[in-house]
Amino acid sequence: MLDIYLPILVVMGIAFAFAIGSVILSRLIGVKKPSAVKLAPYECGMPLIGTAQERFSVKFYIIAMLFILFDIEAVFLYPWAVMFKRLGIFGFVEMGVFIIILLVGFIYVWKKGALEWE
Amino acid sequence: MENLVQEAIQNVNLQAIMPSLVLCVFGMAILMVSVFSKRGSTTHIAWLSIAALVVTGFVTLIGWNNPQAGFAGSVLLDNFATFFSMICIIAAGLTILMSDDYLRREGYPVSEYYPLILFTTAGAMWMASGTDLMTIFLGLEVLSVSLYVLAGFFRNQTRSNEAGLKYFFLGAFSTGFLLYGVALLYGVTGTTKVDGIAAYLMANPEAAMNTMFIAGGSLLLVGFLFKVAAAPFHMWTPDVYQGAPTPITAFMSAGPKAAAFAALMRVTIIGLDGLQSELTSLFWILAVLTMTIGNFIALTQKDLKRMLAYSSISHAGYVMVGLVAWNEIGLSAILFYMLVYTFMNMGAFAVLVLIGKKGEDNLTLDGVAGLGYKKPILGIVLSIFLFSLMGLPPTAGFTAKFYIFAGAIEAGYIWLAVLGVLNSAVSLYYYLRVMVQMYFKDPEEDFAWVSINGPVTISIVVSAVGVLYLGIFPHTLMSLAKLAGF
Amino acid sequence: MITVNHYLLLSAILFAIGTFGVLTRKNAIVIFMCIEVMLNSVNLTFIALSRHVGNMDGQIFVFFVMTVAAAEAAVGLALMIAFFRNKESIDTDDFNMLKW
Repeated sequence: MLDIYLPILVVMGIAFAFAIGSVILSRLIGVKKPSAVKLAPYECGMPLIGTAQERFSVKFYIIAMLFILFDIEAVFLYPWAVMFKRLGIFGFVEMGVFIIILLVGFIYVWKKGALEWE
Repeated sequence: MENLVQEAIQNVNLQAIMPSLVLCVFGMAILMVSVFSKRGSTTHIAWLSIAALVVTGFVTLIGWNNPQAGFAGSVLLDNFATFFSMICIIAAGLTILMSDDYLRREGYPVSEYYPLILFTTAGAMWMASGTDLMTIFLGLEVLSVSLYVLAGFFRNQTRSNEAGLKYFFLGAFSTGFLLYGVALLYGVTGTTKVDGIAAYLMANPEAAMNTMFIAGGSLLLVGFLFKVAAAPFHMWTPDVYQGAPTPITAFMSAGPKAAAFAALMRVTIIGLDGLQSELTSLFWILAVLTMTIGNFIALTQKDLKRMLAYSSISHAGYVMVGLVAWNEIGLSAILFYMLVYTFMNMGAFAVLVLIGKKGEDNLTLDGVAGLGYKKPILGIVLSIFLFSLMGLPPTAGFTAKFYIFAGAIEAGYIWLAVLGVLNSAVSLYYYLRVMVQMYFKDPEEDFAWVSINGPVTISIVVSAVGVLYLGIFPHTLMSLAKLAGF
Repeated sequence: MITVNHYLLLSAILFAIGTFGVLTRKNAIVIFMCIEVMLNSVNLTFIALSRHVGNMDGQIFVFFVMTVAAAEAAVGLALMIAFFRNKESIDTDDFNMLKW
């Protein structure tokens, strides 16, 4: 019963042997000439502009906070959209009120300048 | 399906949430006004907020003797909710009156302060009128989230930041417990409605022995007891009360606390009625613990705000005595007590707001030395509030405590009443110490910076009149409170 | 066969992990994450019990818990930023201004 999986086991064995073998072989016989470009995390990508442990600007925090707030409100739109036809005009007005409340918050955030980067 | 939708739409009944609706609309409108007016002046925003509260007060009073159920039984605007809503509105009004000069003195005239107070009040009103754990939870969170911001409102002051953060962490932590309790109760009873839980308990008395039900109920109670600052969940109170802006401290000790008691009463007395004997023995212990811890730690305090925080814990203990009594007089005494407490505590805090210097480092026992000579009127008024907090006649604090303990005696809890009276005797010491400082110590300061021309005076006068009037003529309010009980 | 008990057990474990984290950790952000774990374990309980009980109330509750958690997150992060600006730290050992 299990023997039908034997070829897969063989392939896995070959794959492991190849992977480990090539790493060891390149260690043993490869030429070692390290340079700054070679040691970069992404050798063929964006040039690095700083370390990974750098502090982020606090502005990201504010944008993230606003994102959480306005993003989560979408949770109420989904059930409403599913039931939209049955809820009829009443549901439409209710959701309109909800959106207006969000709009008040949005205007507040906008006028306070929280959306400006500088 | 079609019928369900139709039925749900017909069940909305906006009348039932009209007071908080009006308040929220006003709050958002005032927020918009504040954004579009120039920075630095908040006086007009403060008066607009007072106007909003007055209108809301009238809308709320329409609901008296005119109970409105709405949202398929999730909200019930009955006399009980109306009474507690009025307490919160009065507390918010007194807070706003003492805030304008205070914010200017502390160099932080930011107008978001006032809409936040209005939103807090709206949350408190939902808590008082909620009959579904969902609406109670939403009210609690609207109230708490606004209060976290208000407690940490002075963002350049480390003390205020720290108070806000501590309140936030412990509040969110207790919310987790409350929610888990609601979830477990829902699992057992299949509903989150308070009367649904009561009906389930009635039909299945053996549920009281169900582990999941007991766990759910206890976790729910932990959440509420945290909000009313009952021991052993009181540890946040002194830190938050000391660090928060003084008017906010006053507000927290009156409005939100009353709302939390309203929700606690509705959940226990309506929802968990079948567990009366178990709950009363639990509340008996907690009441004694709360008042004793509050009073004895208050004895050692030097900072006045911190002392009043511990005093507020002990008053929560007295109020719980009414809950232990679980009879008409005890429960209506809770309503009476919360209104009286609003007047006397907010009055005392308003005097502190008035005599504080920028940064308020002088609000200690030594800081009030000689106040009674330098500012005789302020001295007398503060003495009235302190007498009321002690529970001495002819102030309202006496009548309130009298009704509470009368309820306990009627229900047969004589020892509890005795312990309560002994605790009041202990509290005499630390309140009298303030008065000794005021009248028998040589003044170190001349209190020349104290000006009684601002709106703070209105809130002091209103509180003082309230304390004296309710102390001498308590019957009208007590009969109203009886109508508002369950 | 996975029954409602498995979900309840999982959410109880998550709740316990969250509680333990709040009580033992020092970093304010980590404490906040632990509180979020607690709230989400409650959400899991509600969903599982909603299925078990057979009505939608639990699922509706979850929507509100999620929204409230988002609002708390915004306010909490703002408070932490304000504290950090004054103290250059969000370690709970530095919450030391207020004590008796």
